[in-house]
Amino acid sequence: MFRPRPDSPAATIAVEVEGRVVLVLAGASAAAAALMAGLSSIRDTPVGGSERAPYCMMGICFDCLAEIDGVPNRQSCVVAARPGMRIRRQRGARIVAIE
Amino acid sequence: MTVDLAIIGAGPAGMAAAALAAKLGLDTLLVDEQDTPGGQIYRGIERVPESSPNTSPFGADYLAGRPLVAELRGSAALYRPGTTVWHIDPAARAGGTLALVADEHSESVVARRILLATGAIERPVPIPGWTLPGVMTVGAAQILLKTADLVPEGRTVLAGQGPLLYLVALQLARAGAPPAAVLETAPHANYHAAAARYVGELWAGRRELGKGLALMLGLARAGIAVRRGVRELRVLGRHRAEGVAWEGGEIATDHLFLHEGVIPNTQISLGLQLTHRWDECQLCWRPVVDDWGRSSHAGIAIAGDGAGIAGAVAAALSGRLAALDAAAALGRISEAERDRRAAPIRAGLAPERAIRPFLDALYRPSDNMLNPSDEVIACRCEEVTAGQIRRAVRLGASGPNQVKAFLRCGMGPCQGRVCGPIVSAVIAGARGVPIAEIGTYRPRAPYKPITLGALAGVEVFPHQIANNTEDSLP
Repeated sequence: MFRPRPDSPAATIAVEVEGRVVLVLAGASAAAAALMAGLSSIRDTPVGGSERAPYCMMGICFDCLAEIDGVPNRQSCVVAARPGMRIRRQRGARIVAIE
Repeated sequence: MTVDLAIIGAGPAGMAAAALAAKLGLDTLLVDEQDTPGGQIYRGIERVPESSPNTSPFGADYLAGRPLVAELRGSAALYRPGTTVWHIDPAARAGGTLALVADEHSESVVARRILLATGAIERPVPIPGWTLPGVMTVGAAQILLKTADLVPEGRTVLAGQGPLLYLVALQLARAGAPPAAVLETAPHANYHAAAARYVGELWAGRRELGKGLALMLGLARAGIAVRRGVRELRVLGRHRAEGVAWEGGEIATDHLFLHEGVIPNTQISLGLQLTHRWDECQLCWRPVVDDWGRSSHAGIAIAGDGAGIAGAVAAALSGRLAALDAAAALGRISEAERDRRAAPIRAGLAPERAIRPFLDALYRPSDNMLNPSDEVIACRCEEVTAGQIRRAVRLGASGPNQVKAFLRCGMGPCQGRVCGPIVSAVIAGARGVPIAEIGTYRPRAPYKPITLGALAGVEVFPHQIANNTEDSLP
C-alpha cells in the first residue's frame, strides 16, 4: 500500500478502484491509484493464475494490466487517472466480446 | 502528415533534439507515450512549483530538467504526448513511415529522418520471488513519488546496486518514508577492479564521484543502514512479499524495491534490425552508432541512453548533436556550420562519458544476478524458469528465438522487454558460449499491443506504398 508524502498538496481526482473511491493528484497513473487504494494485486496471470502487482511503473513489464472503464488489458501505469475513472483487476486473459 | 524529423521519446535526448531541430528550421514531430514531457529521469518535472522548488525531495539534478522542458514548450516542434509508436516502416535511404496510436486511433506519419530517443530501462533483477506483489523496481518507487507524491506505507527495503539505489533511498527518507535497510549486492571484487583499472578516469569524473559520496553521507546522516556484499538475495512470502533473505540474514518487509542498474531500451532499434553489438562493460546490447548518433540505417539516428548508458546530461547533448546532423543532412545548415556548433557540445560530452567505465566496473552485476539459478522465473509473463530454458538448450534450442519457440518465453504481453537479457545470459551460460555469439530476441511490430479496432482504422495512403517500394521519401 502507498500513501501521500506528508507535505503533498491535497489530491482532487476521485477514481474508483474495485468499488472504493480514492483521491489522487493530477499526474498520477491508474496504477498509482490502485496502489494507493491498497489493492493486494492488480491482475492474475493467464498462465498460472499467480497474483501480480505493478512492477516497473514505466510501461515495460505489463504486470499492471487492469480493466479501466470497462476496457480490459490496459497498461494502467501509462494511463493517467481521470475523474470518475473505474479501475478493476484484470483476471486472466482478455475475453474478446463477439458482437 | 509528412515531417522532416520524427523523434520518439520526450526524455532529455528527445526534448533537446526537438527544440534545437525546430530552431534550425526542421519541421519536427516529438511523440511520447507519457502525458507530460521529461522521460523517466525528469518525470513529472512540471509539477514542481516554480516558487518553492526546494520543497521537492529530488534535488538539483532533477530540477536541471526544467530548462529542457521549457525549451521544448517554447519551440515550434509539434509535441504529441500520450502517443505510442507501434510500427516503423523504414525507407532505404531516408527515414520511413511511423504508425502511431493515441486514444485508440492509429495514424501514419512519413518522416524524412527518424531519431530514436527511447532511453533506458531498468535491468531485470531475477531473484526467487521477484514476481510477488510487494516487489517493485527502485525506479518504480521514484516514479510514484515524482508523479503522484506517493510513498510506500509500512516497512521498506531497497536492494541491489547503482547510483539510483542510494538516490531513491535518500529521496524516500526526505519524503517521510525512510527505508528500514539498503542491501547492496555489488561484489566486493568490484571495488578493487574499478579502482585498479580506471584510476585515470576518476579525476575526469570527480563531480559525479562527489555526488556519490554526498549520497552515502546523506544515508548515514538519515540513519539508514547499508549492508554491503549481500549475496543470494531472495524474496520471502507465498502470495506477497513478507521479507527478504540473503546469505547469512533476513529482514521482514512490506515493500522490496530492486535495482541492478539500467540498460538501453532497444525494443524498436532491434525491431528495425539495426546493427547492435554486445557491450561487455555495460553488459547489454546496444545499437552501433557513430559520433553523431547515426545508426546502421542512413535515415535513422539514436540519441541518449538508448544508444548506450551515459546519463541524462550526456543524453541532452547527444540529442543536440543528432539534431545538428539532421539539419545538415536536410540542407538547413552546412556541414561546416554543423561542426562549428557541435564543438562545444562535444566538449561537454567528454567528461560525462569519461566516468562511465569506472561506474560500469563498480556496479557490475554479479554473475548470479545475470544468470539466475534453475528455480527462478526468467520470463515473468509466461512464467518460464531459468531451469526450463536450460532444459530447452539441452534439447537443442541454440538461441533466444529458438527458446522462444520451445517455451513461449518472450511471447507474453511485455514482448521480451524484461526477460530478453536473462534468456540470452542463461543460454550463453548453458552452452558455454559468449552472449555476443548467442544474440538476443528479434522483437517485431506491433511494438506495443494495439486493439483490432485501432488496427482496422489505419489509413494507408497510395503515396506511402509507392515510397516504400521506391525506397525514397518526398
